[in-house]
Amino acid sequence: MTDSSLPAGPSPTPSVAKAAQTMARPRRTVGWALSWVVFILGMIYFALPLIGMIEFSLRKRRDAYSFDAYTSVIGDPQFQATFSYSVVMSVVTIFLGMALVLPAALWVRIRLPGMRPVIEFITLLPLVIPVIVIAFGYLRMFNTSSLLPMTGSITGTNILLAFGYATLALPYMYRAIDNGLRTLDVQALTEAAQILGAGWFTIIFRIMLPNVFTALLSGAFLTFSIVLGEYVFAALLDRPAFGPYMIWAGSNQAYEPAALAVIAFTITWGCMGLIQLAGRLFPHTRAKR
Amino acid sequence: MPVARSSALSRTAANWIGVFPFLAFAAIFLLLPALNIVVGAFRGPDGGFTLDTLAKLLEPRLATSFWLSIRVSLFSAALGAVLGFLIAAAVIQGGLPGWVRAPLVTFSGVAANFAGVPLAFAFIATLGRLGLITVLLRDWFGINLYATGFNLISFWGLIFVYLYFQMSLMILIITPAIEGLKREWREAAESLGASGLQYWRMVALPVLLPSLLGTFALLFANSFGAIATAQALTGSSQSLITVQLFAQIRGDVLQDPNLGYAIAFGMIVITAAANAIYIVLRTRAEKWQQ
Repeated sequence: MTDSSLPAGPSPTPSVAKAAQTMARPRRTVGWALSWVVFILGMIYFALPLIGMIEFSLRKRRDAYSFDAYTSVIGDPQFQATFSYSVVMSVVTIFLGMALVLPAALWVRIRLPGMRPVIEFITLLPLVIPVIVIAFGYLRMFNTSSLLPMTGSITGTNILLAFGYATLALPYMYRAIDNGLRTLDVQALTEAAQILGAGWFTIIFRIMLPNVFTALLSGAFLTFSIVLGEYVFAALLDRPAFGPYMIWAGSNQAYEPAALAVIAFTITWGCMGLIQLAGRLFPHTRAKR
Repeated sequence: MPVARSSALSRTAANWIGVFPFLAFAAIFLLLPALNIVVGAFRGPDGGFTLDTLAKLLEPRLATSFWLSIRVSLFSAALGAVLGFLIAAAVIQGGLPGWVRAPLVTFSGVAANFAGVPLAFAFIATLGRLGLITVLLRDWFGINLYATGFNLISFWGLIFVYLYFQMSLMILIITPAIEGLKREWREAAESLGASGLQYWRMVALPVLLPSLLGTFALLFANSFGAIATAQALTGSSQSLITVQLFAQIRGDVLQDPNLGYAIAFGMIVITAAANAIYIVLRTRAEKWQQ
């Protein structure tokens, strides 16, 4: 009998099945060739801009390829200042994000399973509300005439920027940590620790943290690569970060932007590589059963 | 009994202490700022309730920008979804060697995050007036790319650039869904005499449809909120709604502070709708991936 989900399928008489089998070979060759064509075209699209940007970044000297654009970028005090500013901001954001997300993700598993949908919904919000809208909300809520005038001082604005970055990192940080916790029996580990007399501090820092270390690392590297090149928050809060510097370079220099793009891409690649490496170096130390 | 009450209290406190910082942070730095915008959109210059501010979104200047953003997002999401799906399907089901798959997924993870300013620079370096391809076409084949009407700093140019992260995101999300297609379904279809095309049209695509549409909605929202790539690529020549809002926040160019609220509110409504579609369809798609 034909399945009702295949309304147009012919009835499976032996002869038809046989015909299908003999037809299978040429059909697969066509599909196979098409697959290769699609794949190769896709790879060309993905590879060309990378090749283009590398080639362009080497063109600064008129007659020969050189690393002049890179030396010029790295020697630029503006680059050094903005880049190190963004690196520091990324690190601050990573720790802030972990401090907020790890306890919340743990508590949702141990004590408040009912809150899980709420927490998950909140961590999705930064993908729903465009970044520029959140930044706009900050400018209205934390300006100098508000209850919490954070934009009034440089330190306040820096803190606000870190908070903004932490909201951007929420979806990635939560998913990374939650995936890490999924492989553990959080409930059993907690109860075992409590029976042995451990307090919450010990449970978080000496039991959960080492167990989700890989997950934390992957959340950290992802956050790093997002924050490093972020543009909208930094530009609207008027902080000297790497993203606004890149925009400035794009409209004022010729070959340096390509060099900056290569540097940014290398860092993104590096972060993704480190995530994979972390997974391989610190495989899950799952409790033996 | 006071003792019992205090222990109950401390238990409640212990229950909530872990999530409290998170919830407080989310309330102050995510929910309230967004709420602030929403409320502001319904306020007039005098602070009273009004729909006049929202009505200004219909003025040609803003309506055009919204429409441009919507079109860029629709086209880049649709093309990104279809092309990304084709690549993923080709790699997984098309008989390509198995070792291609893992690097493709890793690369897609990188490329999906390779957005913003550097992405624009990479395309300018490749297809700009002095870009690698432009120069090679001129020197090797005598083709002047820019004389053919091609322009990177244009509507289609922007979409072409957006496809870089849209396609990568699609590959990243749809790969697990395609891998979730059971081998038995294909075998069953084949033994019933279905051709490869029939299998895809009648079995695989209907099963994948919620995933495809859901990811399309996600890609739409992804592109709708983007600004850095457009800013770096086109300056302000393509006045997307994000670019308009950015200018409005920076310099109050529209001479009406409340208008910023209205634009932002309009953006929230559109991305929220797209994401709601994504979440609903995704839940439906997970049914098949058990």
